Amino acid sequence: MKRFASLLAFALVVLAQSASAQTLKAVTDRGMLNCGANGTLAGFGLPDAQGKWTGLDVDICRAVAAALFNDANKVKYVPLSAKDRFTALQSGEVDVLLRNTTWTSSRDSSLGLSFTGVDYYDGQGFMVRKALKVNSALELNGASVCVQQGTTTELNLADYFHANKMQLKSVTFATANEAVKAYDAGRCDAYTTDASGLYAERQRLTNANDHIILPEIISKEPLGPVVRQGDDKWFTIVKWVLYAMINAEELGISSQNVDEMMKSTNPDIKRFVGTEGNYGEQLGLPKDWAVRIIKLVGNYGESFERNVGQGSPLKIDRGLNKLWNKGGIQYAPPIR
Amino acid sequence: MPIDLPTGSSPARVAFYNDPKVRSIAYQVALCAVIGFLVYGAVRNAVDNLERAHIASGFGFWSHTAGFDISQTLISFSSATSSYGRAFWVGLLNTLLVAGLGIVFASVLGFIIGIARLSKNWLVAKVAGGYVETIRNLPLLLQLLFWYNAVLKALPEMRESFVVRGGIFLNNRGLFIPQPIFKDGFGFVLVALAAGIVGAIAFYVWARKRQERTGQQAPVFSAALALVFGLPLVTLALAGFPLGFDYPVAGRFNINGGIEVLPEFAALLFGLSIYTAAFIAEVVRAGITAVSRGQTEAAYSLGLKAGPTLRLIVMPQAMRVIIPPLTSQYLNLTKNSTLAVAIGYPDLVQVFTGTVLNQTGQAVEVVAITMAVYLTISLATSLLMNIYNSRIALVER
Repeated sequence: MKRFASLLAFALVVLAQSASAQTLKAVTDRGMLNCGANGTLAGFGLPDAQGKWTGLDVDICRAVAAALFNDANKVKYVPLSAKDRFTALQSGEVDVLLRNTTWTSSRDSSLGLSFTGVDYYDGQGFMVRKALKVNSALELNGASVCVQQGTTTELNLADYFHANKMQLKSVTFATANEAVKAYDAGRCDAYTTDASGLYAERQRLTNANDHIILPEIISKEPLGPVVRQGDDKWFTIVKWVLYAMINAEELGISSQNVDEMMKSTNPDIKRFVGTEGNYGEQLGLPKDWAVRIIKLVGNYGESFERNVGQGSPLKIDRGLNKLWNKGGIQYAPPIR
Repeated sequence: MPIDLPTGSSPARVAFYNDPKVRSIAYQVALCAVIGFLVYGAVRNAVDNLERAHIASGFGFWSHTAGFDISQTLISFSSATSSYGRAFWVGLLNTLLVAGLGIVFASVLGFIIGIARLSKNWLVAKVAGGYVETIRNLPLLLQLLFWYNAVLKALPEMRESFVVRGGIFLNNRGLFIPQPIFKDGFGFVLVALAAGIVGAIAFYVWARKRQERTGQQAPVFSAALALVFGLPLVTLALAGFPLGFDYPVAGRFNINGGIEVLPEFAALLFGLSIYTAAFIAEVVRAGITAVSRGQTEAAYSLGLKAGPTLRLIVMPQAMRVIIPPLTSQYLNLTKNSTLAVAIGYPDLVQVFTGTVLNQTGQAVEVVAITMAVYLTISLATSLLMNIYNSRIALVER
């Protein structure tokens, strides 16, 4: 039904008038950010029993709302399946898409979308039952693999098996939920998705300890926020909200110490918190935009640890997502 | 006062714009032009807007490499080389397969249940009634999920497959049966089969004529059975069994080879057939009760037994009432097969408006093609049923 609604909305937009380049104005007039989120993936986007959304992707939406409204809760989350997500964004049903979405060239070009950055460097992996005694993805010749439809995962899977001359029997489901359930029921030998997702989904299996995640990472999956093409102003805002979170971690600014940092004499920090220059205004945001983000949501490191890292049930190692000066590749251009 | 009456044979001339015929044609042409213009404007506008939003448009994607795998393919399909167009055909054939088989099973089951519901046997009638009332009052999606999970949970794991001697495996990955391979000389068997069918029809016609003439009945059923099955079997033996089998073999992860019936397919076929059969049963019951009771009584008084009465007197008259609503049920079944998305069966909607739409992002084109396909399938089904209906309709003189 949701899918039909978004297709209908899409048809109306296509037929009536092109999506306007006025996203910022539309969002501020509405007083609410419409954020396309996952809804079923722990660590990235999942509502709890009280309807409170948490996750690394969700935090970016909260940060955008914090920068705009000084209130991280002014976000309406729209749960989207992998195959409906782009239509929902193209049609204007959501202002920004944060649904562990992989940045690829075709999505940047033919879908009319723009990725603003990378909030999680991921890669695709496999999960299998321990009882199969499989130690490497290269031993999966002839295996049945459950996979979610409309994802880069589906394509990588076919490529990987083809490149390694292995026979594949893939079983494709519309949502991750269904794919995981079928894997749990023994329909498939393996389940594949981004490695972060494997850790999250393993928690939901009947017997999490009976399953292992294979060491191979078969693809590059840079996940990031997505906006519609043709609205540079909105694109820039979403891009710099993420950069602000990464820069804050690098500068040692966290939700704990941001008030003290207002008095700092370090010029980098002064520019960040807005006590020097007018970098916020240049973006079309208030002077204290970055302070709002850090105060209400936290810096990138805090968000990571809280949602997917050691402070979460997933306990995913930061790996590639460490800052560039700590051995990872998370790097943000400077604010100046 | 004298009146000038028209004297010639031609009526008084009316200005051509007052001629009702010309007018009605002009109105229709104008209407067509307006609709055409609106359609053109909508398409033009859509293309413009898609271009402005930097979304690709057009049908160029049709020949691009698909790059994804499909679990059930009736025609060869490879993720590395096959195109989106090929994926479309794979999905379409899967839809037609499940819809076609579903229609056959639903009809057979529906007719049996519908007739059973009118049975004089209390238990049979109540069981049939209970079936109809339970099945048609539960949402189909729920039933499909039930069947899928029931199938998956009830069947053993791959390593504990049910094995039937002769190479049949059953497990939660599907049913695996040997695939026949036809060798040289199998053509004779096909010829024998064709000859058997023709012979059976000829025998039927002859027996009927004889019955009309003399009243004697011939064993049509057993003779036809012997001709259709016996003749090809004898030929098969004479030709030295030119038939091999590709047996399924248990591999490390899966059973390989043979014909594979996926659990997704089985669940969808089950669910659709059982659900639609409940509706068909009601249609059949309505059709039979619409035939006047006097017809049955007349048949009995002529000495016909219950079976021939139903077959020769009641059903032919009931069919006139049954066919139109039955057509709707067939159309429903075909359209309901799109619920395959929920249980991972690769039908047209799952493959084409699912993966292909998402990979290409061309929602307008993909959805338009899919709608056109379902419209075509539905119209073709209706057409066939209407032809059949007009053949059995009451001929009024």
